[in-house]
Amino acid sequence: MTALLVFVGAAIGAPLRYLTDRVIQSWHMTRFPFGTLAVNVVGSFALGCVAGTSPHLVALLGTGLCGALTTYSTFSFETVRLAEDGAYWQAFANAATSIAAGVAAAALGYALT
Amino acid sequence: MRTDPEDPEPRPDHVHVEPVDPDVSLDVPAQRRELGPAVLAAIALGGGLGGLARYGLSGVIPGPWGFLLINVLGSALIGVLMVLVPRLHPLARPFLGVGVLGGFTTFSTYALDAVHLGASAFVYLFGTLFLALGATFAAMALTRKVFG
Repeated sequence: MTALLVFVGAAIGAPLRYLTDRVIQSWHMTRFPFGTLAVNVVGSFALGCVAGTSPHLVALLGTGLCGALTTYSTFSFETVRLAEDGAYWQAFANAATSIAAGVAAAALGYALT
Repeated sequence: MRTDPEDPEPRPDHVHVEPVDPDVSLDVPAQRRELGPAVLAAIALGGGLGGLARYGLSGVIPGPWGFLLINVLGSALIGVLMVLVPRLHPLARPFLGVGVLGGFTTFSTYALDAVHLGASAFVYLFGTLFLALGATFAAMALTRKVFG
């Protein structure tokens, strides 16, 4: 049952990340990965909000949806790619902002609920 | 610039031959056209499977260190995938990159675990970051060397 909830949540979260990223990246022509940053921060906030709720909600919305809405692999790839291109400042800014804003968002969500 | 979608030139100098990010590279004309039901279905299926794999592995190695392993492993695999993507099926990037690896790795648990870790949060946050970036970089370099 829990595994099914995780699967369903993640099967919604991943395309939601993709579509959100597309919309946000189409708003600007810089290569800074605002899309991934946005889903990671919003997903961290949402996980903080649902973390203390029922096990079924945690599996569906926390482990599944928030887990798949946010991504570390893309974050890592985009950061390395910026650095490879010599955009060290943007790579650093991406890592620093993602971590600081993500942790703050998770803490805020957790404190609110 | 780039009025003809079939003509890859001229391009701004920051455009790569490889896609800039696994989710979207809107400045690569070919990638603007990929949105469709097949792509979204591939992402959803891949995301579900990746999420399940993360759930399974986090049961084997519980706690933040299990997620460190998951995120570093996923970051290594995306380095391999993104170098190979131009040779693979058009749905490989949406399915494996955006779906499976995106669903497997997670930023939200990483952030919330750091909130709960207290004093060792810095070690966890920066340990994961350096290992993940190192894993992506090394995997890309190695894959380029092997398949270059």
